[in-house]
Amino acid sequence: MTQPASNCPNCGAKIVFQWSSSVQTVCPYCKSILVRTDVDLEKVGKVADLPPDSSPIQLNTEGIYRSKSFVVIGRILYEYDQGGWNEWHIMMNDGKSAWLSDAQNEYAISFATTATGLPTASQVLIGQQYTWNKQRYTVSVITPAHYRGVEGELPFQYWDKTDVTFADLRSETGKFATLDFSDEQPALYLGEFVEFDDLKLKNLRSFEGW
Amino acid sequence: MSTGTPPLSNPPKPQARALNCPQCGAAIVLRSLGHAETVVCASCHAILDAKDPNLRILQKFQVITGEDPPLIPLGTRGKLRGTDYEVIGFQRRSIKVEGIRYDWHEYVLFNPYKGTRYLTEYCGHWNDITVCKELPTVQFAAATYLGETFKHFQTADANTNYVLGEFPWQVRVDEHATATDYVKPPRMLSSEKIANEVTWSLGEYIYGADIWKAFNLPGTVPEPVGVYENQPSPVSDNVKAIWAGFLGFAVLLLIVMAGFDLTSNKSAVFEHTYIFQSGEPKGEASFVTDIFDLEGRTSNVELTTSANVDNAWIYLNYALINQDTGQAWDFGREVSYYHGYDSDGSWSEGSTKDSVVVPSVPAGHYYLRIEPEGDPKHPPVGYTVEVKRGVPVLGFFGIAFLALLIPAIVITWRSISFERARWSESDHPPIQIGNSEE
Repeated sequence: MTQPASNCPNCGAKIVFQWSSSVQTVCPYCKSILVRTDVDLEKVGKVADLPPDSSPIQLNTEGIYRSKSFVVIGRILYEYDQGGWNEWHIMMNDGKSAWLSDAQNEYAISFATTATGLPTASQVLIGQQYTWNKQRYTVSVITPAHYRGVEGELPFQYWDKTDVTFADLRSETGKFATLDFSDEQPALYLGEFVEFDDLKLKNLRSFEGW
Repeated sequence: MSTGTPPLSNPPKPQARALNCPQCGAAIVLRSLGHAETVVCASCHAILDAKDPNLRILQKFQVITGEDPPLIPLGTRGKLRGTDYEVIGFQRRSIKVEGIRYDWHEYVLFNPYKGTRYLTEYCGHWNDITVCKELPTVQFAAATYLGETFKHFQTADANTNYVLGEFPWQVRVDEHATATDYVKPPRMLSSEKIANEVTWSLGEYIYGADIWKAFNLPGTVPEPVGVYENQPSPVSDNVKAIWAGFLGFAVLLLIVMAGFDLTSNKSAVFEHTYIFQSGEPKGEASFVTDIFDLEGRTSNVELTTSANVDNAWIYLNYALINQDTGQAWDFGREVSYYHGYDSDGSWSEGSTKDSVVVPSVPAGHYYLRIEPEGDPKHPPVGYTVEVKRGVPVLGFFGIAFLALLIPAIVITWRSISFERARWSESDHPPIQIGNSEE
């Protein structure tokens, strides 16, 4: 939390990075999308207002996963024809970054992998099986999604995307995998489903009447 | 927090939006915040796009007035599994099996932190349903989920007939899905297949009374009709217990019987030792004993002869005679014991003791007439005659045994009948016993 502070090139507000490896953030005041360069911050775009959504998670929500505490530092919001979901960028207390996804209150935590030799979007079919880290996964759904907006810090630049395709894979245990075809090289995320109560989340949003 | 932390930019707060139906103008309330994908106007039943600011009409469907309304009204809150849920959606669905239509109801429950969960109701049978996160495996007529194996029950084409309220997915009337149920009471595992996308869910049978309590519903709980596919059998849990109990009691009975056998109840009513001199003329060998009493109700009498025969034999003609009625039971017993050595080693044959049971002897005063015979070349043989009144244990224990066996059989039969009723509704009906109509 002691990362050097910079100023927003657009409005001059002080920008503090919570995670040293963050590549991109959004100015909380003027919503400029800022990308870190070697010297300072560069404005690459502006976030349109995010649509009202219903995730109980928000920036600075804290929780515990596998006895490590984490804090939510960023977010990508996706939409597809059956709704939307959030990928919350979380920073674990050991310095690793991970993703807490909230798809209609179905929660999962996943980590980026460096796997190569992954299938391409056109090769993946529902029902196909893949094995990574000795765990067998079955492709359960392929989702053409629409990138809706970002908030906070992200480990990569993610501001010029529009349509992205994901393949979700499930296993016979609670483990799941996601193939992300948003870049030229597919990316693999491996993780597991988590119970809301087990995350012991704090700083959640409050909902009127609940 | 450190200084300089900027205020958080929360996204706009969702709230129960007040909207109007574009078709009829009636007020539309969105209860599930931003989760609703489709919402159905309660007054004109237009299916509307909840994500569209103008609530674009997606579908209209005909409603027959007076069709059964939801038993839990939309907007009702209740506590289920420790979490507050609000009923936000309701749909009626049906399957057709052999030309007969079966309708059931589904309720969508919502909590902003825990998400959605579902309740289904068919003829008073309720299920509490959550979507599976893990992938079940299907092999032949069974599916395994988290180590539990479910038996295939039914595969049918499910149709959506009626929708009301909000749904976190795109819902349409007359949409078809292939619904497959696997059961392991009280749970069931279901898959729904639309196009090539399969959704699995896990249900647990829940009693109507618990639903009424959870949602604080007025009125009486509708009685469930028939046996539902994953309804826990009211007796099957008892089957194992009663047979275990039966086995336990049977063992106990055996121990008690053995105890009776060894203890006082079979004490000797007559015992005397005689010496048989083989050289005596046969006619004079006959003699009678003292009188002894046999008590209790008609039961057996055990007569034991122990003789110190050693490579010899003795034969005794007995008569058990009732002094009062003159009724006599005649029988002959031989006691012989031989032993020695040969090329195979030592051998022996017979025993120095013999027992016989005389059945159905009424109570009364009795004596024995004994006529011994023996090998004239052998020295005198001493022998002891002992009479025991057999206690009526076998009859008593038999009754106790039956008293335990009958309820065990009845409960087992009831359990089998329940399972037959369950499976008769499935794709795998049990084979008919007796007269079959087919």
